[in-house]
Amino acid sequence: MTRLLTVDSLTVALPQGADRPHAVEDLSLHLDAGEILCVVGESGSGKSITANTVMGLLPKTLKVKTGTVTFEGEPMLGLSAEALRSRRGRRMAMVFQEPMTALNPLMRVGDQIAEALQVHGKGGDARARVPELLAAVNLPDPASLAKMHPFRLSGGQRQRVMIAMALALEPALLIADEPTTALDVTTQMQILRLIREIQARKGMGVMFITHDFGVVAEIADRVAVMQHGRIVEQGPAAEILNAPQHPYTRKLIAAVPHGDAAEKAEIRPAPVLVMKGVEKTYQRGGWFGAKAVVRAVHNADFTLNKGETLGLVGESGSGKSTLARCVVRLVEPEKGEILFHGKDLRPLSRQGWLPYRKRIQMVFQDPYASLNPRRKVGDAITEGPITHGVSAAEARERALDLLRLVKLDPSAMERYPHEFSGGQRQRIGLARALAMQPELLIADEPVSALDVSVQAQVLDLLAEIRQRLGLTMLFITHDLRVAAQICDRIAVMQRGAIVELGPTAQVFGAPQHAYTRALLDSIPGRDWTPPALAETA
Amino acid sequence: MELSKLPGYLLGRLVKAAIVILAIVVCNFFLIHAAPGDPASIIAGQSGAADARFLEQLRAQFGLDQPLYVQLWIYLKGVLTLDLGFSHRQQVAVASLLWDRLPATLLLTGAAFVFALSVGVAMGALAALRVGTWGDSIITVLALTFYATPLFWVGLMLVLLFSVTLEWLPSFGMASVGVDLHGIDVVLDVAKHLLLPALTLGLFYVAVYARLSRATMLEVADQDFVKTARAKGVPEGRILRRHILRNALLPIITFAGIQAGQLIGGSILVETVFAWPGIGRLAFEALLARDYQVLMGVFFCTSVMVVLFNLITDLLYAVVDPRVEVSA
Repeated sequence: MTRLLTVDSLTVALPQGADRPHAVEDLSLHLDAGEILCVVGESGSGKSITANTVMGLLPKTLKVKTGTVTFEGEPMLGLSAEALRSRRGRRMAMVFQEPMTALNPLMRVGDQIAEALQVHGKGGDARARVPELLAAVNLPDPASLAKMHPFRLSGGQRQRVMIAMALALEPALLIADEPTTALDVTTQMQILRLIREIQARKGMGVMFITHDFGVVAEIADRVAVMQHGRIVEQGPAAEILNAPQHPYTRKLIAAVPHGDAAEKAEIRPAPVLVMKGVEKTYQRGGWFGAKAVVRAVHNADFTLNKGETLGLVGESGSGKSTLARCVVRLVEPEKGEILFHGKDLRPLSRQGWLPYRKRIQMVFQDPYASLNPRRKVGDAITEGPITHGVSAAEARERALDLLRLVKLDPSAMERYPHEFSGGQRQRIGLARALAMQPELLIADEPVSALDVSVQAQVLDLLAEIRQRLGLTMLFITHDLRVAAQICDRIAVMQRGAIVELGPTAQVFGAPQHAYTRALLDSIPGRDWTPPALAETA
Repeated sequence: MELSKLPGYLLGRLVKAAIVILAIVVCNFFLIHAAPGDPASIIAGQSGAADARFLEQLRAQFGLDQPLYVQLWIYLKGVLTLDLGFSHRQQVAVASLLWDRLPATLLLTGAAFVFALSVGVAMGALAALRVGTWGDSIITVLALTFYATPLFWVGLMLVLLFSVTLEWLPSFGMASVGVDLHGIDVVLDVAKHLLLPALTLGLFYVAVYARLSRATMLEVADQDFVKTARAKGVPEGRILRRHILRNALLPIITFAGIQAGQLIGGSILVETVFAWPGIGRLAFEALLARDYQVLMGVFFCTSVMVVLFNLITDLLYAVVDPRVEVSA
């Protein structure tokens, strides 16, 4: 094997005033042709900065202080802008995380791929090569797809276009920066397979950046684990995955949702929430255009018993969030009954709804968007109870208790949301929901936006609170591993309908529906069982 | 956008536009009637004889003794046949008065529009390219100055500098008086007269476009697809043209549509300062003379312009941005 890329004691400085002096510090790694190296770490660990340094795409505010990058035997850091440009796309290519924004919205996808060829003097082949490339990434009907604008394609299709574009000139090095993080689980599996297959066929070297150890288990030959800008551990995939040495690696692997739930308490049938025949349909078009009808929710009956956690799992667009929003009337369904302790909530007026608002609360996915940036955390938590007639002093007292419950310092009351990290904000969101002393908590992807170690903390917290307060919970997630860990029963949704519903162990152990099986097969690293690690401090 | 959908879309939009214009015409009618002062007494006052019987006679002659809804009906019928009434003050049909003045205004505002759009976007693009440098600061300060200075004052100062002090350019009117010019000389003469008013009218919008295009270009330059283009080795110049500028144009088109809609109504001040024989000055004079028929004609004309340019903007948007679905 030939050595493709060597990064030697690289240090990249952060601008003054950042939380640490260096984005990347004394980093050394190497990559051979025909090898997949996974760079793993949580957000802010410096993995993307490393990739951008290799590509010569560092923002102007970041400067390389020391170190060398050698690619195909040439030192890269001293090269002129033009020399770097001529290598980008031709010898080394990159695929990004967010397929929805990574393509120019005003250019046809075929033209964008052709552009990669043109700027390297291969424009003449574009007509023939573009459909070939699109076919190579398994896109249907390449000729007509090339003429489409990106907004007509799904996330997975766009990511395929990005990969086709990166492969256009058969580069020796492909850097993939979290290329599957924004995708659904089944799509993720397809893209991972695609990358591995193409890599094997062309003998490329791939630097694959991810935060997900499941993905690492799926694709990596070798692994480098990063923390705070440094590589803390590096080695063959099997070694790192099954016998991690460094405490941080051990902590990350221990935090991977392990799938098997803790001892579950016996649930007696005591229905809190019963959904019967609820339907929600969206329509588009009017006057002159043809009508498009989307059945967002149909055939989605379920019963939620007291003290139980029901997981709603499915891919994006499956209707799981819409169904949950129907319960709290953020979405108004056209049909069906929403029975809360036997009382149908659907026909109630706004006024009639008020007493129930308090008893059913919601936690949202995005901890950055779900808190008002101009209100102090204390005000955010006490606002609900005060609106419902609790005295300010009592609401404050309760808020302090809740902050303790979600393991935040009482001083948080006087601070603003931007002073907290994502995980802390999600706990604030939880405290805000709990301040109403709800019987039913609806959690809509509450851990999806969080790093894996933070995710583990929030999940533990949820489990603990649930036990202490006897909460009933509807838990929405796209991550089956998370669902397995926290839910008593699981409902699998596909295209607006619940296709399978049963106890967690049964759904995972003996899935009945073909779609459930497809989902389970797509869990990255499903063949890898994280080793049981003694807790490390 | 799929071109096959265009005719249906256009038809729907035109029907809507007609309804909007009709509503505006009705509003104008009532607005003018709500203004104090009776046209008959104004005409009588101007002719010098104002006894009650003469007034009655005038009212009957002009249909002013009819109930309001009948008057409205008569007016609407007139508008539908493009008969906008008769100016008793100037003794001409309003429509022909407007036709006479329209070219001058369109020339002035069209020139100002092109000037503002091209110079403004160029300045904004330059500032965005050199963000954080001296060039950027100078352009920003310049744009702010244009933005904050009142139009009429800019006009007066320009006249003072270029006409009075330097004697380079004429200070008022649209053509030189008392000179016999032919061919290319006529064009040059008009162009010389046009320069100052167009500059005055355009400077404010130069500032708006400069600031808008600087902001949107910086925003677009930060987006992921620009990084994608860089990662595939596209040279910087081409990134600017094909990726950044094209996407940054979208909000500029929106604003250009708004400005274009005001082409006729927005030039009253400048036309008055420079004695430009256009619609704006006509409106101003009609207002002073209480020539309500003319005023209503001007209102009608400007509202048609606004609705028309809104439609053009939306169509343009659908052509430029493939994501815009045309549906009425």
